[in-house]
Order: sequence, then C-alpha cells, then structure tokens
Amino acid sequence: MAGKILATYEYTPAKVEKGYAGKTLYINLSDMTIKEKPVTEKMKELFVGGRGFGLWYLWNAVSSDTKWNDPENEIIIAGGPICGITQYPGSGKAAVVTLSPLTGCPMDNNVGGYFAPLLKFSGWDALEIQGKSDRDVIVFIDGNRGKVVIEDASDEPADTHLLAEKLTERYADSEEDKRNISVVSSGKGAENTLIGMLNVSFYDVKRKAVRVKQAGRGGSGTVFRDKKIKAIVVKYKGVTGDSNNPADKEKIINAALRLHKEIFELDKLQNRMREVGTANLVEVMNDYDLLPVMNFQYGSHPDANRITSKVFREKYFTQNVPDNCWYGCSLSCAKAVDNYEVKTGPYKGQKVCVDAAEYETIAAVAANCGIFDPEYVIEANFYCDTYGLDTISFGNIVGFAMECYERGIINKEITGGLELKFGNADAALELLHQMAKGEGFGKIAGQGVKRLREYILEKTGADAKLLRDISMEIKGLEVSMYVSKESLAQQGGYAFANKGPQHDEAWLIFMDMVNKQIPTFEDKAEALHYFPIFRTWFSLQGLCKLPWNDIVPADNAMTDEPHKIPAHVQNYVDLFNGVTGKNITKEELLLQSERVFNFQRIFNLKMGKGTREYDMPPFRLLGPATKEEYESRAERYDKQLKELGYDIEGKTTEEKMAMLRQYRESQFEKLTDAVYKRRGWNKNGVPTLETVKKLGIDFPDVVELIAKYQE
Amino acid sequence: MIKVNNEDMDFTDGMTIEDVLRIKRYSHPMITVIVNGKVIPVDSYSTHKIKDGDVINVIHMMSGGC
Repeated sequence: MAGKILATYEYTPAKVEKGYAGKTLYINLSDMTIKEKPVTEKMKELFVGGRGFGLWYLWNAVSSDTKWNDPENEIIIAGGPICGITQYPGSGKAAVVTLSPLTGCPMDNNVGGYFAPLLKFSGWDALEIQGKSDRDVIVFIDGNRGKVVIEDASDEPADTHLLAEKLTERYADSEEDKRNISVVSSGKGAENTLIGMLNVSFYDVKRKAVRVKQAGRGGSGTVFRDKKIKAIVVKYKGVTGDSNNPADKEKIINAALRLHKEIFELDKLQNRMREVGTANLVEVMNDYDLLPVMNFQYGSHPDANRITSKVFREKYFTQNVPDNCWYGCSLSCAKAVDNYEVKTGPYKGQKVCVDAAEYETIAAVAANCGIFDPEYVIEANFYCDTYGLDTISFGNIVGFAMECYERGIINKEITGGLELKFGNADAALELLHQMAKGEGFGKIAGQGVKRLREYILEKTGADAKLLRDISMEIKGLEVSMYVSKESLAQQGGYAFANKGPQHDEAWLIFMDMVNKQIPTFEDKAEALHYFPIFRTWFSLQGLCKLPWNDIVPADNAMTDEPHKIPAHVQNYVDLFNGVTGKNITKEELLLQSERVFNFQRIFNLKMGKGTREYDMPPFRLLGPATKEEYESRAERYDKQLKELGYDIEGKTTEEKMAMLRQYRESQFEKLTDAVYKRRGWNKNGVPTLETVKKLGIDFPDVVELIAKYQE
Repeated sequence: MIKVNNEDMDFTDGMTIEDVLRIKRYSHPMITVIVNGKVIPVDSYSTHKIKDGDVINVIHMMSGGC
C-alpha cells in the first residue's frame, strides 16, 4: 500500500522534440511545492543538458555559505539531448549533481539505469529537488497520466534491494509493465555516513529481477536521505526508437550500425566487456603494477589471480544474458551474480541478484584492503549497494584504517575491538555493517578518509605528515582505483579533477607511463586539457563513456590520433546533430564541454575552494611514501635517481626517499603550472577573465567572483 | 640491444614480438605493435622475428573503467 499522499501535481506531458522536452520538474520538499520550469534556448546553448543543467540549477540555488545539508542544496537528475535513443550503445545515462558532504563542492555522477530516459519521455529534461521533508517520502512521476505525487514513505524499508523491488511491484500494472519503471533509491548506510550513493534501477526482463546501477561518488545518497527521500519513481510506457523525436534518424542509425558491428566483431578480441564487464581490468592493472594494494602502497600482489575476471567469469558471472542498462547497448557490461546467498548481516540467508562486480569495486573492497576472496567481493558489493554506500570510498576507508592499525597508529581501543589487519575480510564486513547502522568505529569511519584522519590525529597525536601522505583523498573525496606513482600525467588527472580524484576526467597512465607518448610538460598539459574536456561531454548528453574507447575500430591504430578514437568522435558529432538538428563540428563539441568544465571549476571557487591549494595530492599519489614502499621497488627508484644524476652511493633508504620526494614534488608543481596555463587559468588555478569571456560564461556573478582572484 | 617504448631491452637471437610482450608483461589486450615505424599485424606476433637494434613501440590504448 502506498503511503498518505502529501502533494499532487497534474501536468500535460511535453512532447520531446529533437532530444529536449523543454521543461524541468522542480520540487521543494520543505513546503511540498511542485512546479515546472522552462528549459530555455539559452540554457541549451550554454549548458546543453545533463551535468550542465545540474550545475546551472545548483549555481542559482546555493550561496557560497550553503552546506550540503542545508535545505537550499539540491539534487538534480538530468539526462541530456541524446539520452534515451535506443540505437546507439550507452545512451541511457543520468547525470546527478549536488553539493557533496565530502567536498562541500558540486559533485557529479554519471549513472545508468532507465531513470533519465523515462523521465524525459515523461516530459522532463531534468528533475530539480530542493528543500527537506520532515518525514520520509517517495516521489512518484507518472509520465503517461501526467501526474506527480509525493507520498509518505515512513513505513517503507530504506535499503535498495528491498525498496526498489517493492516499488517496482507496486507501481507496475503487470509483469510486462515493470520495464517501464525506474527507481532511484539509497539505503541505511547513506543515512549514517557521508559516503552515501544512489542506486538507479532497471527491470531485467530475462532475469525477472530489479537491477541497479550506481551514482557512486561523493555522497549524493547522503544528501538524498538527508532530504528524507526514500525513493523517486518514474513510470513511462511507450519507449520507441523515435521517442527522442530526432531531427535526422538516419545519422543516428548509421553511427549505431558502425559501432554495433565493431562490438560484435572485436569485443571478444579486445576487452571482453560482453563477457566480464570492467572486471577485465583487474589482471591488466595487476600486471602493470597499477592495482591499488593495501591502501595504495603497492601496485600488484601474487594473490590477485584469485580475484581476476577469469575467476568471476568461470564461477560467478551469469553468461549469455543481455546485460545492458538501457535499450540497445550491445556492449552489455552490467554483469551480475545470480542466486547469491548472503552470508552476513541483516540479510544473511537471503538469495539475491548482485550487480557485481566492476573493476573499481574489486580493486577497492578487495585488493586495496589486502583481501583476495571473490565471495567477499560479492558480499561487500551487495551490502554497499543495498545500504547505499560507495564501494570506492568504502575500500579507501578500510584500506586506510587497516594501514593505520598495522602501523600501530590506531588500536582496538580506537576500532572498538575490530582487528583491522590487511586481509581480514570479517573485520571489513563488520565495519561495513557498523557504518550502515552508524554504530561503533563505523560511525567515525563512515565520515570518509579525510575526517577519519582528523579524528585519528586528534585521538592519537600521530605523525600528521605521515597520515596526510597515506590518506588517499583530495578535496575530501577518496581516490579511485589506479596507482599513479609512475605517471606524472595521471597524478595531475587525479589532483586537478573538478569533483575530486575520480578517473572519469582523465586516465593517462598508459599514454604517459607505458607508451611514453607525452614526455614533456607541454605534452602532458595538452592531454590534461583535451581529455577532461572531451570526457565531460558524455555527462552533458546522457551518454556512457565506455563505448568511446572500450571498443575501438580495427583500423584505429592507423589514425593520426588513435587515443582520441577519431571514428567514435565523429559518431558523437553525428549523434548530436542527428538528434538536435544542429550542425556542430568536433571543435564545437569540445567547446560545449570546455564551457561546463570551467564553470564547474569556478563553482568550486564559489564554495571557497577551487584554487591551487585544493589541488594538492597526498604524497603517496606521487611516489613511495614509506620505507616499505620504496624498498619493495628499490631497483626502480634507485635507477630513476641515478638517471636523474643523484649520488645514491651509501645512502640510506630514508635519504633516497627524501631525494625522490623532492624531485617528484617539484615535477608536480611544474606540471601544475603547465596545465593551468594550457587551460587558460592563472597560477592559482582560477580561469582568467579572458577564458570566461571566450567561453561565453562571463555572467556578472562569475566575473565578480573570479575578479577577486586575478593576478 | 633493442628499444621498447623508449627503454633499452636486451636482445636475444630468435626473439619474437610475443617474447617481447611476455618479458615486458604487456598483457593489455588493446595494443598496437610498431617495429621501426611499421605496424605489425596481431596474427604475426608469434612469428615476427626481432632484429638487434630494432625500435619497437607498443602502444597501449586506454580502456576499461578508466
């Protein structure tokens, strides 16, 4: 039974024209206001959609004093003009934007599932939620009837695997109708930590199961539960290949046919996404010394062969089912483990379908904690999902706590009796359950690595410099799962990323460390200009990044710029023009992104951050922070020092570490200068007046803000 | 001596591209091998003999969750 209706709004669903419905649904939970706002031509021109719309709405909603848990903060969910086409793989993504509890700045996530397309076909380009309810609520959007209802949800469970299934059952008219429902939900973990994430559902017709994809980073789920939202449900029946009403369908179909052909012919020879999803990276990263092991101390481990994609494929991943998270995605990377029997915690004994496991999750919850057990990975993945917790942040927190425990910085008195040694899966799971309940050491750990470090410092008086060196967070967000010690470009990719150290802005390790294609500071700066800007574009459109470079044409290597995948960039130009009827070039595509990218940087500035000091990484991101790390790869580091002209004869490890640190820190500073210059920012990392004018974002409040920081 | 991605590597008689990839632990499935400026087809990796002094570029594409 649905709960008491608290507010109702009836509307005439807008017909989608050339990728846009032209309206945004605004809800204020403080006073239960529901209304529509126009999506103006100016918004489309400057911010395009998706993340761009989210940032624009949020910019206008908050002041520089707004905190994540103030009613003024918003959660905006928006697809983008291309979102919802069914021909081209990876076209059902939603951008989620909010002020992050971890960073205090805008957080963006790009998430699969059916929500954004169904929202648009229900008549809304974006959903903008502000305010805070005084009781738990469900927002239900019925796109066929033109009705939005806010219901009391006090009696509903919070955890996703229960709630998403229950609501799918409730709002669907029949089994067949379930595919027309998508639920956004979180869980108890999001209520009691700052690392809460959002699950976005889709109904898997073949499995007859509700599946979920995650908007994982930066605590969006925490904001969601703080607003007392249990779920947002959209229902729309009638998706067709023409629902987006594109201007030139032929352009879309031609691009789609080219990509589907590549996937069917080449995926099995390239990344095997259809078989194992992103888990294929575990073995690759381990081979290249890039897999975070034991809180990023090391990049590989002999036991990593126990958690490779081979193991998951042979024993756990169900094969030969269409694992796409939106219609038409033949890359099909959303792998799942069926009929998994839960071993611990409140759901022990239940048989569940787990959306497990992606590379980032395997690396974070397992290798980074020194645990090499695939069933632990599935268990932790299940609980992180249903509790609404980000697996990357969780793995970082546990890895950091374990290292502190092993080094004697914290003990059982601090951990409440947990023996947080690397490899202790039982302790990691216990900590996970504590986080969800907001109890014991879990309550402290769930605040994230930055706050946990501050807590440990206060309680123990430990070496502050060492703790900063080994706490893997920048801007308050935990680092995603790649060891960047040997790639200066990737150090920048992480450190300068607008939302914090997530790899979706730039992943340059192979270009830099292995291929040696970007040797100079200028080369690296060019890569750190182009790739973050290009990759921002996916989240403006409702697109997934994976079909860009997780499958490449057979002749890609013969092109002038193989890393840009020129054929796929052309596909994107064709998709945008095909949907919107515009006629942009690839240069204009980049301009769309560059504008939003810089606007987000300036937004950080508005929130009191966004300058050079906030781009400083922990030293472990740049090199060996401890004696153990140096000595584990002494041959490599000794060789580097000798080549740099250092006299290391008779020097102790500590002395050599100091030399290497001095060198690497100076390199990072030089890289920072080069990247800022290439991006049109001043030495403090602030976009110049000239840059914002060139990009057309020289709004009076932007100019006034950055003027304070001009040299 | 041969050069692989700008680094020196010992040369041994009869060495193939497959051997180079194995020694360097280049296991990534999305690579292109270029020997002295010429792209080598994937199906020749096990038979293409390396010569002393060859300059080899093994270009790894970005991929995956990254």
